[in-house]
Amino acid sequence: MAVDFNILVGGEAGQGVQSVGMILAKTFAYGDFHVFADQDYESRVRGGHNFFRVRVKDSEVLAFSPELDILVALNRETIDLHEKELKTGGVIIYDGEQIKTPADSKKYINIPLLKLAEDTVKNKLMANTVAAGAAFGLIGYDFDLLAFILKSEFARHGEKIVNDNITAAWAGYKLARERGAGLNIPSLQPKIGNLHRLLLNGNDALCLGAMAGGCKFVAGYPMTPSSSILEYIADKGRQYGVVMVHVEDEISAMNMAVGAGYTGVRAMVATSGGGFALMVEALALAGMTETPVVAVLGQRPGPATGLPTRTEQAELWFALHAGHGEFPRAVLAPSTAAEAFYAAIKAFNLAEKYQTPVIILTDHHLASSYTTVNRFDLSQVKIDRGELLSDTEVSKMKDYKRHLVTASGISPRALPGQGKALVVTDSDEHDEAGHMIEDAATRNMQVQKRLRKLTGLRREIAGPELKTSPGAGATLIGWGSTYGAISEAAYILKQDGHPVNTLHLSEIWPFPAESVAVALGKSKQNIVIEGNATAQMAGLIRRETGIKADASILKYDGRPFSPAEIISRLHEEVKAW
Amino acid sequence: MVTLNDYASTVPIAWCPGCGNFGILQAVKKALVALNLEPQRVLFVSGIGQAPKLPHYTRGNLFNGLHGRTLPAATGAKIANHDLTVIGIDGDGGAYGEGVGHLLAASRRNIDMTYLVHNNQVYGLTKGQASPTSDTGFITKTTPNGAGLPLNPLMLALASDISFLARGFAGDIEHLSGLIQAGIQHRGFALIDILQPCVSFNHTNTFAWYKERVYKVESEGYNHADKAAALIKAQEWGERIPIGIIYRQERPVFEEQLPQLKAMPLVKQPIDPMRIGALLDEF
Repeated sequence: MAVDFNILVGGEAGQGVQSVGMILAKTFAYGDFHVFADQDYESRVRGGHNFFRVRVKDSEVLAFSPELDILVALNRETIDLHEKELKTGGVIIYDGEQIKTPADSKKYINIPLLKLAEDTVKNKLMANTVAAGAAFGLIGYDFDLLAFILKSEFARHGEKIVNDNITAAWAGYKLARERGAGLNIPSLQPKIGNLHRLLLNGNDALCLGAMAGGCKFVAGYPMTPSSSILEYIADKGRQYGVVMVHVEDEISAMNMAVGAGYTGVRAMVATSGGGFALMVEALALAGMTETPVVAVLGQRPGPATGLPTRTEQAELWFALHAGHGEFPRAVLAPSTAAEAFYAAIKAFNLAEKYQTPVIILTDHHLASSYTTVNRFDLSQVKIDRGELLSDTEVSKMKDYKRHLVTASGISPRALPGQGKALVVTDSDEHDEAGHMIEDAATRNMQVQKRLRKLTGLRREIAGPELKTSPGAGATLIGWGSTYGAISEAAYILKQDGHPVNTLHLSEIWPFPAESVAVALGKSKQNIVIEGNATAQMAGLIRRETGIKADASILKYDGRPFSPAEIISRLHEEVKAW
Repeated sequence: MVTLNDYASTVPIAWCPGCGNFGILQAVKKALVALNLEPQRVLFVSGIGQAPKLPHYTRGNLFNGLHGRTLPAATGAKIANHDLTVIGIDGDGGAYGEGVGHLLAASRRNIDMTYLVHNNQVYGLTKGQASPTSDTGFITKTTPNGAGLPLNPLMLALASDISFLARGFAGDIEHLSGLIQAGIQHRGFALIDILQPCVSFNHTNTFAWYKERVYKVESEGYNHADKAAALIKAQEWGERIPIGIIYRQERPVFEEQLPQLKAMPLVKQPIDPMRIGALLDEF
């Protein structure tokens, strides 16, 4: 029987919901399970309601499921909100000394978390570890794996903290084994193979991809969901040759990255919609000065401050059109954490090859959800710096022209300080040498030269992933982080005798119009599924291919799609599919 | 040996005849020649306005970016290649209006660069509107009731604990050139506010007006290491206007504190994807 096991940990901000959740996720991943974990939290430091969901399968998993086997309730509100999500036979771990339960039912398993932490290690803070231990006790998971994860998590705090955590976890584990006996809770056993997949979220993957891809400079101002990118690079960059500058505002961030890009290092910014709005003028600057730069735009619900800690896909058109005037750009929208790693590398290659900005469009759901992925093969990472001149080539040049007009539109690139070449560029329209001009002929040549780069750039963009199913009538169309939920919905529908095709875009601009048109032209019914209120991808497809979607399933409540929601809304909202 | 010829440009100049910018251009060239800096080692970063056109009229690497955003672009460039001598050039609109937040941040950070601000107390390129440093009551098309209070850029710089602060005068090229040299040689962020007559739109603060008033602080035994004295000197305006180094201190330089830059400039460090293998083990 296939494993599909779900645990949700809930509590107030500040109660350690995320740390318990991560220990669960890591311990399952260490046991060679596939894991998908997502988190839901409020824009506050203490209080409110937060939860962390961990889904465990024995095959690839890229979406959450709200059907819970175990609910770990660190407060009463968690029971009130999530009890209804329990599967038949699902159970609740709660601290009976802290929380009064509404009913005396076998599904409530009282584990006095605080008391056990006090009694065993005299440290209330370890109540969370007791909870993690209890969850594994209920399913009889190999305790040694949990002990190993606790050891690696707390190693930096010293041996006593490690041992106390293990002791506290064992207390929870033991009591849960006793109290859960006879409840028919499924047992879950780790495998021995130890493939050791990576467990990471979209932002982690982007950071690793950026660093593998030679990013050397990042500037940013903290903003959910991209702050963790800045923090990771700031920390690891010290040892790995990447400078992260925490700047005064996002205007500075983008201008700084453009300055670094002009000087010859691979440079990146990471922000969300509000911050990106401030960066937009300098995005156009990168377009005009033909400066490579990569911008990570992690979407969250807008407009303005919106729902800061939640998810949305409503900045597709913003990413496509941001910036005054006309200039080439690429927009990549990775669908999974694994894709995010490769998208970061590709973004830097495209930015340097075409000397223009590249936007990586993600969202809170992708940025902060954890998945298990196969270890990235770094030996396969290709670095393409485009037409960057060597020192020898530069030394032979007399009058270097930064914006030389060429057939491809790409001008060979020298760097300031490289030999005697003077690298001159201007946000004003300029001549080939980079000096400002007013005449119409030069203006026309430079506009055409810049836009000619789109011809090459267009060829670099991967077409959508099309999965056809025999007998399918409808095609479900998605982009970015909805990939997991749509794919799983399609899988379930096929099992249920209602096959559908799926078409998913992970690279959006220049738009792969031809391949999208071919795929959709054959489909009887095209249904776009996206996380916004105005069907932006449906609009883009229509603009670029002339094909009008037959229906759209839209979501803008700040929460991610689950496969089950997609299926039920197809039934409710779409006629005869 | 670097000569003035190395800094001669053939790009036609778009400034008004008699503009204070000509004197500043001369002073910049003389400073670079005096320091024996070759044009390829210099990176000019400038914004938008009449002043920021200056680098086009000499030679060097040039990133002529957005209005008010000179300092972030210059900071990114300096961190990317700290071997370059980075000189920022703006007018009072870009430096003290649109980009004033960046001025405070760059000064606090103490990035090693020199920032020349051509301060003519008026917007030239957009044709005569009030600037952040215009006198109170200055009537222009955008301030028909007269401009408000002028910003004192020297006080602002001192409040951000700047490490090098000077004021020069476009009408005294030798003296200004000396200040620019000192600013470039200073390790850290150097702001040089340059009093610049505007022959088209500012008929009060003319060459003659300044010549009657400016005096060199160094000729009066002024101690530019004394911050309390600098705060007083920065407020002196009217009958007597001080020029020279107003304040100077040694502070840790931003990029010198980055371990990533110890071995060599960032731009010279090779790209090696395999290097992050150990990081993968942490997941």
